[in-house]
Amino acid sequence: MKHIRLPALAAFSLLLSACGGDTEPPQFGPAPQLPEPQRELLPTMKIAKPVEWGDRKPVAPQGYTVAAIATDLKIPRQALVLPNGDILVAEGRGGGAPKLTPKDVIAARIKAKGTTSVAGGNRLTLLRDGDGDGSYETQRVFAENLNAPYGLALIDGKLYVANQDQLVRFDYQEGQLQASGSPVTVTDLPSELNHHWTKALAASADGRFLYVGIGSNSNITERGMTAEAERAMVWQVDAQTGAHRRYATGLRNPTALAIQPGTDQLWAVVNERDEIGPNLAPDYLTSVREGGFYGWPYSYWGSNVDTRVRPGNPQKVASTIRPDYSLGSHVAALGLAFSLPAMGAQFADGVFVGEHGSWNRGVPVGYKVVFVPFRDGRPAGDPIDFVTGFQADGNTFGRPVGVTVDPRGALIVADDLSNTVWRVTPVSRPEASSSSASAVPEG
Amino acid sequence: MQTPLHPLHAVILAGTVPLFLGVLLSDIAYFQTYEVQWKNFASWLIVGGLSFGGFALLWALIGFFRGSVREARKAIHVFLLLAIFVLGFINALVHAGDAWASMPSGLVLSAIVAVLAMIVTGSGFSGTQPGAMR
Repeated sequence: MKHIRLPALAAFSLLLSACGGDTEPPQFGPAPQLPEPQRELLPTMKIAKPVEWGDRKPVAPQGYTVAAIATDLKIPRQALVLPNGDILVAEGRGGGAPKLTPKDVIAARIKAKGTTSVAGGNRLTLLRDGDGDGSYETQRVFAENLNAPYGLALIDGKLYVANQDQLVRFDYQEGQLQASGSPVTVTDLPSELNHHWTKALAASADGRFLYVGIGSNSNITERGMTAEAERAMVWQVDAQTGAHRRYATGLRNPTALAIQPGTDQLWAVVNERDEIGPNLAPDYLTSVREGGFYGWPYSYWGSNVDTRVRPGNPQKVASTIRPDYSLGSHVAALGLAFSLPAMGAQFADGVFVGEHGSWNRGVPVGYKVVFVPFRDGRPAGDPIDFVTGFQADGNTFGRPVGVTVDPRGALIVADDLSNTVWRVTPVSRPEASSSSASAVPEG
Repeated sequence: MQTPLHPLHAVILAGTVPLFLGVLLSDIAYFQTYEVQWKNFASWLIVGGLSFGGFALLWALIGFFRGSVREARKAIHVFLLLAIFVLGFINALVHAGDAWASMPSGLVLSAIVAVLAMIVTGSGFSGTQPGAMR
């Protein structure tokens, strides 16, 4: 049935693209074709229509199975696999910047239709698969009373959690099912307004530093430049002292950070600006250069000036670093994880990217997890769909956020629409490799 | 002889002038300073102007179709209020563009609407004498 539906959907979207002019040659890779900016009197909005999964499940490539390992969560965003295989899931909803204009009031109501109605948990949930059968029979609250936790990192028995307003630390001992007490504050994080509230987190290879992704306080400076102090950048925080410095700037909304295995190179996925057309500006995956400036707000994708920003800054535009790899405009990349050989030969070298999906586009894009193949430590080739089926026939069943690679060979995907955590695993047994990924509904 | 305005109609009609004038002045301030708060003011003032202008239009339309004599003067009055409402609504959408996206078209529209509001209010009141109201 799936095999009939997919071509039909493809034909339908092709038809739509012929009418709407939304889709152009895909904008993937190091040198995307960028159209001229478009001004629309009304921004194009296509909001996801949430529908229950029912008997459906996300679809993985041949030879992989998908299972829901936790349901009824309270807005899962990012996950962390602990050394003993337990999984921590950060749950919450942040933001709540005051609505300053009639547009803020109206747009917030429309966009809310495409998200879950559940209240954010402000907690961490621990999932445990005690017998290693792939079913996480233990699901319990590890820590609560947090403030929209998002980024997670573990360094030498210390669990770091990036709340929307603070970086905090728990002591962690292997096997712990519950935090032993309240967390200690490592440092305050910029939290005025918090238009883009998520605080992404990654630990340096040596464990000395934490990198914190801090999103801008607006789409494109419509709250004024004073609101953008310490925003749209990555902080480097000393894990011991909490002291911070700006590591890289001009990153509009760095929603996920990761260190490339075997190196100390920081990578990020970044969400770019809206309302200049369906094919602008590309969201991207990039290695983050220390001290680098990546354009926001003055320009996008290198030195393409955004005329909505006044006064402009030609010097900053000239100094803008062009990102490494375009993921396509409006896909809303929110998850990033480096793969490893345990994920199977085809997906061994590269990154997984969770794409939450578009709103500012007639033909939706994203709503899936893609794999960007790497060669010699750099992205090489077009993204490959890894987990799809989040959207079909105009209905949206789930929206991927964080992706996490379990070293034992599994991809953990947080879905903040259906409040589910999915686990995608390669089927190593040869007799099972012929069965379809979604053949058996999860019980 | 022209029919004097009902007092409530007069208040609603006259209210469009300071509101749309406020839009224009706020837009001029934003244009000159890049201070985005002026644009926020303009955006809300447009909503206010459209509310008053909308009721004034409704009142004028009802008056136009209920009146026994359909004067050309009344028709122009209705048309001007309609133009204010349509242009004002487009201006609201233009102002919904983020930051400088509203410029310079927003400023031009604000100027046109402010001038139209003054004309329609001035003409609406002309011929009205104190104590001559129904």
